[in-house]
Amino acid sequence: MADEKTASDVRNVDELVKGLWRDNPVFIAVLGLCPALAVTNSLENALVMGLATTFVLVGSSTLVSLLRKGIPKQVRISIYIIIIASFVTTVDFLLAAFAPTAHKAMGAFIALIVVNCLILGRQEAFASKHSVVPAMADAAGMSGGFTLALAMIGAVREILGSGTLLGFSLFGESFEPWVIMILPPGGFLTLGLLLVIFAWVKKRFEERQPGGLGATEPAAAKGGVA
Amino acid sequence: MENMVFIFASACLINNFTLTYFLGLCPFFGVTGRLDTAFRLGLANVFVLTITSLAAWGLNTYVLPSAPYLRLISFIVVIASTVQFVEMAIKKASPALFRALGIFLPLITTNCAILGLALFQTNRGYDLLEGLIYAWGAGLGLTIALVIMAGLREENELAKVPDLVKGTAMSFFVAGILSMAFMGFAGLFHGSGGSG
Repeated sequence: MADEKTASDVRNVDELVKGLWRDNPVFIAVLGLCPALAVTNSLENALVMGLATTFVLVGSSTLVSLLRKGIPKQVRISIYIIIIASFVTTVDFLLAAFAPTAHKAMGAFIALIVVNCLILGRQEAFASKHSVVPAMADAAGMSGGFTLALAMIGAVREILGSGTLLGFSLFGESFEPWVIMILPPGGFLTLGLLLVIFAWVKKRFEERQPGGLGATEPAAAKGGVA
Repeated sequence: MENMVFIFASACLINNFTLTYFLGLCPFFGVTGRLDTAFRLGLANVFVLTITSLAAWGLNTYVLPSAPYLRLISFIVVIASTVQFVEMAIKKASPALFRALGIFLPLITTNCAILGLALFQTNRGYDLLEGLIYAWGAGLGLTIALVIMAGLREENELAKVPDLVKGTAMSFFVAGILSMAFMGFAGLFHGSGGSG
């Protein structure tokens, strides 16, 4: 009994951390690109989008997992979408009320969280088949990985494109910002570059399996073995 | 009239849905392996966007003023079901057209470009005709982006690319350069470019 309990705890932790590295939604699975590129021209916007997505993903995964026995198979996708859309409407109104500036900066992209393939994908692939705790762990891990990826893209683009980080000037007056990085092409180029770096780190890590990067990156240590 | 031309050119070139708003990227990176597939996917997009524009206009005019909080849900449900009905009608009326576009329709019905069009059209308060022009401009823009991307990727198959960069990362670099090229269109309308 005690063993079973520990095993399920370990599994839950594993569901949580897999989204951060091994199955990172943006860098590994390349999902949810539209928000990952459209609103990441500053770290602040990236974080707001990440948190909004986290709210929607954790909320809808929990609800779908609770209702999974009652949802008829034939219409499950429509039901998932309606659940997701309700959460997105909630977060849209919440942001409009409490963070009007951020809401304005995002434009229609908060509403477009509905069609983020990552969210529907997790409902179909995970939440509809597992009980509430693993479903929540999976959702939290995936949205954590998504937020992390967005923050990385946002930080690179803001540092190079505006010479600031979270609005604080980094390089002083003499720095000439690479304006292209905060424009649309910068999004594509930054994500392409980060994908290359991720692939390189992954390859290096697989080459020297024992030891290596594991000490500093527990998620990677767990994920890389599988 | 001038306004209509501007809406069309803006949606198609200056604010290209894929390359400037990052909408509809999944098919852009996923499906654009071959030229003719890309072209047919683009046409299917034009078709769904037209229906979307009409549906969004109808909802905005007749239903949503009394219940604005239902906007997102009703857009998705109405667009998805309308596309399904039209799909059935086409299957009956023109099997050839259905074979050409049919397999793409479920794929793009709730694609970000579709919902994005409905939302942008609402935010800008376009009327029926402006909405339709906007939808056609956006659809043509998507088709152009898909076809160019497919062509570049066909060429890329033969190029020598380092192993790490091969595949998705390379597509992103290509898309970035393409997006830069499309920024040139911002000068098309003096003083008003880019804000479309």
